[in-house]
Amino acid sequence: MNYEQLLIETALADERIIVMTAENRALVRSAPAALKGRFIDTGITEQTMIGMAAGLALRGRIPVVHALAPFLTMRAYEFIRTDVGIAHLPVKLSGYIPGFLSDGNGPTHQAIEDVAIMRGIPGMEVYAPADEADLVGMLPAIWGSGAPAYVRINHKPGTYAHAPYVPGKAEIVSKGRDITLLVYGFLFENALRARRLLEAEGLSVGLINMRSLKPVDEAAILEAAGGSERLVTIEDHFQTGGLYSIVAEVLLRHRMMANVTPLSLGERWFKPGLLGQVLETEGFTPEKLVQRVKNANSFQTN
Amino acid sequence: MIMTKTELEQLQATAVRVREHVIKMSEGGGCFIGASLSCVELMVYCYARVIRRDRVDGSDQSRRDYLFLSKGHDVPALYGTFVEMGFLAPGRLENHLSTADSIYWHPNRNIPGVEFHSGSLGHLPSVAAGVALDCKLRGGDNRIVVITGDGELNEGSVWETVLVAGAKGLDNLTIVVDRNQFQANIRTEELIPLEPLEDKFKAFGCTVQRIDGHDFAALEGAFAQPGVQGKVNVIIADTVRGRGLPSIEARADRWFCSFTAAEVEQLLQELHGNLKATIESETLVVR
Repeated sequence: MNYEQLLIETALADERIIVMTAENRALVRSAPAALKGRFIDTGITEQTMIGMAAGLALRGRIPVVHALAPFLTMRAYEFIRTDVGIAHLPVKLSGYIPGFLSDGNGPTHQAIEDVAIMRGIPGMEVYAPADEADLVGMLPAIWGSGAPAYVRINHKPGTYAHAPYVPGKAEIVSKGRDITLLVYGFLFENALRARRLLEAEGLSVGLINMRSLKPVDEAAILEAAGGSERLVTIEDHFQTGGLYSIVAEVLLRHRMMANVTPLSLGERWFKPGLLGQVLETEGFTPEKLVQRVKNANSFQTN
Repeated sequence: MIMTKTELEQLQATAVRVREHVIKMSEGGGCFIGASLSCVELMVYCYARVIRRDRVDGSDQSRRDYLFLSKGHDVPALYGTFVEMGFLAPGRLENHLSTADSIYWHPNRNIPGVEFHSGSLGHLPSVAAGVALDCKLRGGDNRIVVITGDGELNEGSVWETVLVAGAKGLDNLTIVVDRNQFQANIRTEELIPLEPLEDKFKAFGCTVQRIDGHDFAALEGAFAQPGVQGKVNVIIADTVRGRGLPSIEARADRWFCSFTAAEVEQLLQELHGNLKATIESETLVVR
């Protein structure tokens, strides 16, 4: 089952679901035929789409809205915050090609502050599945809750057999005494491979697929901080407001100190290009991650 | 300004070479080929006959003209034109999609000649209006041209700019709409109808002309038209998406395309009327 099949199946079973897009049909090709009037393409009008989604939600609908992640989260931000956020309406935001997945598009299309800004809206949930299977496993719970939610859509196939999703919980792939890698979204796969490489060098390495960034699994973070010499946060996101910030907030809230190495995009947009080369250039291939984890001292920022 | 037959033929020959650059950039990774091919004449014409870049002498840029490309996904046409105008070394186009250079799917100012980055639609009409406003404040006779797509006109920010630019009397601003009839993968009139488009711009207080955007003589006529004091100029350029390649012209599914080397070779032949290309590469439908 892929995203589109799940969406259509869910919508056919639940009249409340309305599928919307601001002319980004990549994930919803078959929706017009399957859903007829419950598929609404508003054209290239992100703000109007969100306002309309709020209106539909006001009438009891659950709009699942689609656009490229940067335009959905940023062009329409104030509409999301004001019309969806203040009213706490169950509008489900599907952001396409977030993070590195915008590959050769350039900074205009890079959603690498989306986690920071979306989690800044009271009541907004934020999710980042590791791959397509993880995405499809998480969506029923996300769409089924009454809250507004933003999903970093990741439709890339993965190799890992995920455990079933428990709402609000991270997936603890392994525990490690030396290092625990905390990762979300598309970079999970490379973190998984980096973990194997580090283990092959004799290190004890934990790996956590964060899955839900808000609400965040505080217990998973605290347990990793207590059981590992060092935490490493890995994200295709600016350093401000992403997973490194989330981990810092959780540790501080619980008055806990830990060595945390952030592997993020720091304060810059990434060099656009084909995805493989982007990962190489930006240091996020499994081999580069291993190198950076080994080279970093505990308090280094990038 | 009267265009001689020789000048016309030179422009037409340049347009063919720009199309060759565009087609080559659709290989291995791809580009927005359809929207690039629809605006080739617009770009070539503007850079050859409208935009007075020679008034820039390094020390004083106050008298220069500006072209802003708001529909940034047609950047292959822009860079192809830059190569032909001598702003950009031809070899750099071969760095398309390499992280070692800055030639990617949308324009950016690491490339000489690019006035402003774009890619998110509906931004540059307002940036151009800011530049136009400053040129007015300083009393210059600068000309500011902004090229938008037609799907781009869905964005409310375009219409906000038209309202504000009219209110501020920005008659030094010309908005050129590349009216190729398509959103990404669907005809504009099937999704969010724009027609009657001239009436919309007129109702917003603009001076509007509608021309064949592939006809250099028509472009010459439109840009030579004296404007009306205090009114924003709009040129609706009717174009064909994919123009020059019959195998992909006006097809909804040929938006973002990544072709094989063999397909590119065929398309180059097709451009010169030698054969009709057989394209088997799956069309990517989103970027």
